[in-house]
Amino acid sequence: MPDEKNREEKNEEKPLEDLGVSGLSRKPRKWQTCTPSSLPEVIIKRAYEVGVVSEDSRAATYFQIDHSVLSRAVQKAFQGQLEVMSTKEAMKKYDWSKKYWWNLINKDMDQFTRLAYTKWDHGYFIRILEDQKVTLPLQSCFFVFTDYLNQNVHNVIIAEPGSEAQIITGCTVHPNIRGGLHVGVSEFYIKEGAKLTFTMIHAWNRNFNSHPRSAALIEDDAVFVSNYLLFQPVRNLQTYPTAYCKGANSRVEFNNIIYGSGDSHIDVGSKVILQNSGARGEIITRALATDNAKIYARGLLQGEHEESKAHLECRGLLLSDNAMIYTVPELLAKAQGADLSHEAAVGKIAEEEICYLMSRGFSEKEATSLIVRGFMDVSIFGLPRNLEENIKRIISITAERAL
Amino acid sequence: MTRNILEVNNLSVEVSGRIVLKDVNLKIPEGEVHVLFGPNGSGKSTLLMTIMGFPAYKILSGEIIFKGRDVTNLPINERANLGINIAFQNPPTIRGVKLREIIEHWTSSMMEVENLLKKVNFSPELLDREINLGFSGGEIKKSEILQIMAQKGDFLMIDESDSGVDVENLKIIGNAINDMLRGRSGLIITHHGHILRFVNAHAAYVILQGTIVCSGSPTKILTQILTEGYGWCYKCPMRRIEKRKMKRNR
Repeated sequence: MPDEKNREEKNEEKPLEDLGVSGLSRKPRKWQTCTPSSLPEVIIKRAYEVGVVSEDSRAATYFQIDHSVLSRAVQKAFQGQLEVMSTKEAMKKYDWSKKYWWNLINKDMDQFTRLAYTKWDHGYFIRILEDQKVTLPLQSCFFVFTDYLNQNVHNVIIAEPGSEAQIITGCTVHPNIRGGLHVGVSEFYIKEGAKLTFTMIHAWNRNFNSHPRSAALIEDDAVFVSNYLLFQPVRNLQTYPTAYCKGANSRVEFNNIIYGSGDSHIDVGSKVILQNSGARGEIITRALATDNAKIYARGLLQGEHEESKAHLECRGLLLSDNAMIYTVPELLAKAQGADLSHEAAVGKIAEEEICYLMSRGFSEKEATSLIVRGFMDVSIFGLPRNLEENIKRIISITAERAL
Repeated sequence: MTRNILEVNNLSVEVSGRIVLKDVNLKIPEGEVHVLFGPNGSGKSTLLMTIMGFPAYKILSGEIIFKGRDVTNLPINERANLGINIAFQNPPTIRGVKLREIIEHWTSSMMEVENLLKKVNFSPELLDREINLGFSGGEIKKSEILQIMAQKGDFLMIDESDSGVDVENLKIIGNAINDMLRGRSGLIITHHGHILRFVNAHAAYVILQGTIVCSGSPTKILTQILTEGYGWCYKCPMRRIEKRKMKRNR
């Protein structure tokens, strides 16, 4: 099943050397277990920029630096509602968990999945127990501390029937590192009637490569909301998560906000496969490119059931003549009655809009900033309030930097 | 002696390679409200956009003096902050920017915002919508008035705020504009003169093919236009006198 679909991935096969990631380190120093708030200020500050805050305001925290798992704690008030551990621990602890490994993603899909399979550096196992509604977000952080490190993580997330949770994952690097490669494999299982909101925020640097590989299986009446936000330069980032709406009335939303700057080469897509009656999907992408950044914004809606419906919306804003945004919306109907639609628009900020705001007393820079912030506004995503405020804070920092 | 808040001297303007205003002269004393009449495409909105400083309206010659200061080359926002404010006829939709961001930029308390909203009977929910996105015709006009009320400028330019609104909204908009213009100066564009039922205007001009051809009492000029149409203006003896004057000046 899903393996076959993933083989269609548009990622070209290239040896790692060609991607400029040969000679990476696989032997970073080992970090001791500790609470994230006791880490050096530089790490806390960077983690904060990708939505990772004090563990007191989260239901659970998973923190990994390089190949070491520092923290995997569930707050007392939430114990019995969820489990958080490293995937290596989970594999040892629960024999049944093996069926969730490399099930939605083929380990031979490409060189990055093979790398994650052969050189596996933990990752998190999160399980929301049946009918548990976790009121505070869970958070995780993948931090790359060592220069030219290769970090390959494999995450498995299971939302048991009737459960509800929000997960924020922030991936970032130490400000002084010059390069490296992060491969993140994530498999999501959203069971009957469960709802999971997953927000991934990336902040790499201009010589860093990142290749997440994600897939989600959504059962009857379940909802999966996936938000992806990229705000800082990256050398090469490529991801194309797939959601299988396998259950009746299953629903998926992909919301992507991509800010491409520097010489970033960003190829981000989302794929929705509607396999049952009442399955619904939506992909919303906002791509903003400045400097020499190149952004490919893809999206594929595949209707395999006559009573399914999905919509794709992509808007791109160019802030520089040397930047590029290429939108690739695709619709594939395999059943009569599958209702698939898309809209895409790419352009620069209209002078008329800047002039209008200037007539309201804003300087040209302030007017541009208002429009850019507005373009990246996440309020349209209908996120939980605390998560939305967190993301708005990050966007505000980004807009300041951009202008 | 009352000084002029705005002086437009010998202004000629080009838009996309076409000359749209020719030798326009205008003086508005402090505390006075003047009205611009003219058929479609005669240059009325162009004059307002040029006074506001929109770069697409290229000044070929002439000057704009505001409160005794030459503002001809000032950027739009500096003119706005000096007190020149405009309610647009066809404002753009601005995705992502909420009306609240503009209103709160100019107000200091929630109570002030609420008072402004009441004056134009404007739904507070619209403040959290993107500017003009999905607004009705009446809501767009009210939003424009709301914004210039918040800006509190000394010189208000109002471009056809009375067109395309129903009777009830016209009354609300008319009263709000009248209230706002009390003790201030303004330049109003109106096609049918509905707004003049609410606003006490001191003088009016007729602009034809980019030139101001006559000036006088707003009610007299409006009555003449409503009964005879602009065809009368082309035949008007005042226009011939104005043309001779222009030739002499050259």
